[in-house]
Amino acid sequence: MWAYIIRRVLATIPVMAIVALFVFSLLYLAPGDPAAVIAGDQATPADVERIRASLGLDRPYLVRFGAWAWDIARGDLGTSIFTNLPVSTMIQQRIEPTLSLMVVTLILAVSIAVPMGVIAAWKQGTTIDRLVMAFAVLGFSVPVFVVGYVLAYVFALELDWLPVQGYTPFSNGFFPWIENLILPAIALGGVYIALIARITRATMLEVLSQDYIRTARAKGAGQRSILFIHALKNAAVPIVTVIGIGVALLIGGAVVTESVFAIPGLGRLTVDAILRRDYPVIQGVILLFSFVYVLVNLLIDLSYTFFDPRIRY
Amino acid sequence: MERRSFLQAGVAAAAATTGLSGPALSQGAAARTLRFVPQANLANFDPIWGTQYVVRNAAAVVWDTLYGVNDKLEPSPQMAEGHTVSSDGLTWTFKLREGLRFHDGEPVLAKDVVASITRWMPRDPMGQMIRAIQQELVAVDDRTFRWVLRSPYPKLIYALGKTNTPILFIMPERIARTDPFTQITEYIGSGPMRFLRNEWVPGAKAVFGKFDQYVPRNEPASWLAGGKRILVDRLEWIVMPDPATASAAIQNGEIDWWENPITDLVPILRRNRNIAVDIADPLGNIGSFRMNHLHPPFNSQKIRQAVLAAMSQEDYMRALVGDDNNLWRSLPGFFTPGTPGYTEAGGDILKGPRNMDLAKRLLQEGGYRNEPVVCVVAQDQPLTKAMGDVTADLLKRMGMNVDFVATDWGTTGQRRAMKNPPNQGGWSMFHTWHAGADCVNPAAYNAVRANGADAWFGWPDIPTVEQGVTEWFAAPNETAEKAALDKINTQGMEHVVYAPTGFFLGYQAWRRNVSGVVKGPLPFFWGVSKS
Repeated sequence: MWAYIIRRVLATIPVMAIVALFVFSLLYLAPGDPAAVIAGDQATPADVERIRASLGLDRPYLVRFGAWAWDIARGDLGTSIFTNLPVSTMIQQRIEPTLSLMVVTLILAVSIAVPMGVIAAWKQGTTIDRLVMAFAVLGFSVPVFVVGYVLAYVFALELDWLPVQGYTPFSNGFFPWIENLILPAIALGGVYIALIARITRATMLEVLSQDYIRTARAKGAGQRSILFIHALKNAAVPIVTVIGIGVALLIGGAVVTESVFAIPGLGRLTVDAILRRDYPVIQGVILLFSFVYVLVNLLIDLSYTFFDPRIRY
Repeated sequence: MERRSFLQAGVAAAAATTGLSGPALSQGAAARTLRFVPQANLANFDPIWGTQYVVRNAAAVVWDTLYGVNDKLEPSPQMAEGHTVSSDGLTWTFKLREGLRFHDGEPVLAKDVVASITRWMPRDPMGQMIRAIQQELVAVDDRTFRWVLRSPYPKLIYALGKTNTPILFIMPERIARTDPFTQITEYIGSGPMRFLRNEWVPGAKAVFGKFDQYVPRNEPASWLAGGKRILVDRLEWIVMPDPATASAAIQNGEIDWWENPITDLVPILRRNRNIAVDIADPLGNIGSFRMNHLHPPFNSQKIRQAVLAAMSQEDYMRALVGDDNNLWRSLPGFFTPGTPGYTEAGGDILKGPRNMDLAKRLLQEGGYRNEPVVCVVAQDQPLTKAMGDVTADLLKRMGMNVDFVATDWGTTGQRRAMKNPPNQGGWSMFHTWHAGADCVNPAAYNAVRANGADAWFGWPDIPTVEQGVTEWFAAPNETAEKAALDKINTQGMEHVVYAPTGFFLGYQAWRRNVSGVVKGPLPFFWGVSKS
């Protein structure tokens, strides 16, 4: 097991290197000029050129990539072209809101979607099943920003129960923290709930038709025990896999959700950096996202051994 | 059930079971904090290095100026106590007010002012002109500095107090010694509020605290001039990229003042009795598209004139501001309506019914040979996108071959600097807009200049326009200034320096418990209080 973990962790190094090369090359080739954005609309071409030179953007590709790669190898993500702040500081400022949003969404989605999927499978063909599936279709179809606006209108503007926007750090207390996250998490969680509920239902239907479930029933096991102990645990591997894949969905969805609810997270940082061509920030954030994604996949692979003892590494 | 009671119920229930603390709500602290949504993200905080309007607006509360223009566009002493000019107009001697302090507690000295001017000059069009004729700029003593020129420059005081970016802000000497093309790393101000750097989250929030040692002038505040009295303890700039969110937040009382609500949302805000909506800046904005004078087809004066003859400013303005007729007017000229420099001289081609026949004839006379018009349009800016769509339709109706390049502002900024032919990565036209405050005269109005290779993007080379600019700078009185502006407008229209698409205004909105909000080219926070 440990040898496997070490192998997998080491395997992330070439993956990250390829991601780094790809991201850097893509940004190098992409049109756009941060110097023009910095200089402002009234700047002369000479001003723009001088700013470009002062930022080192006039250096050849290999020189720029070499300098950046060397910094990365030493754990330095560089400095933002615009804010003059270290990229690591900017990520540090923004990571808590995004992590909070993702964790709350994940907890919310899993705690709603898994029971929904289980119940839909149990009540296959009934109105409950159809309602769950209708909700799933809705969750897939309605964009996050539409759900966000509707939630903000109803629960913030009309009922005045929750704030429209913003983020309060966890250190300020649990309730101020959670009240800012409820609406964004529901908005972001819609697609995720739909995805997990559908997969849970499909997997549960397959498991519930297995011989050992019939045996459990014959032995007099209760419905709850059959569903949540015998069936769900055996259906867990594909569900957990989908939850892991869904982390990518969450990262993508966080960009929109953070904009709609004005949450100062990594999603907005990424969009702002892309629009301004703040290369060090874009590169740093994408590397971080890639690393998180690789890590989540590793954790999911490891979790298989918990749900299915036959799996050994 | 409202949020406070909803929360209290939740908190009470939770506290009973878990003992967790609830949110601390302090109304007193809230009343001393003004929450403001700016037009854009404050991504950097060096108003000389980065000349975006949002940086200037934030900098105006943190750094003070030697002079400042008032709402009549007249420069008045601010940090300066006053000045004297020698009879030949070459030697200017300035004295600073007593009691001026930087935010680190150090006194503001003449050497700080000299260093600040030295850093500002290379980045400012007027500053560059002054630097070209400067003989000497020295600190005479702690409160006095002398500026000696080789030729008279009557607009010197205006240059020191104007609202156009970059404004001459006064910084400590050690900071002002930074190269003007390199960003500063310390934000020690001289103005009425301190920048709380440790609370700055670029892209999300910037916070300013009242500077108790700031000594305001005794006269009433008027734009950048007068007594800058801060009536709140704390000013929070909250960046909201989504207008719908900002609209909901101001209705919900989560923010106090929104700098630029989009016109679509204004009717909703007006229906809320807790919110006031008014014009933000009476000097407004001038929409424009620039044609590339270097390459076909727009290297032909007649083809540029053809576009003016066919274009309808009303089409552009309705695309920008909708049906609200209070927000726009046609503009047969280059200068800001309602200001002394406004003129319609030579602007007949933009007046009256549009003449497509004339446009087509001019196209023929100009020798248009169906060359593609590479029309670069930034789609991420609502204003440029709307104008770009109107232009594409216009050119097609004129029978021109349009190559519509839909891109973003970052790419437009890069591409417009390229002098290559349009089919080799260059461009034929791009859209933008200019703040009306920048267009009241030629002083800081790059877009109206026509000095060839040194001109703004599009590089018009029209000596008669430049002659008008020179005459304006040398004008001894208002009559001479007016004559010079007429000349610039006439020649600029004749040769089509650029195409103005109209004059438009924007709104600002604030909650009614906020008082003291004024109209101006930037948001002024002095005199604003919250109950």
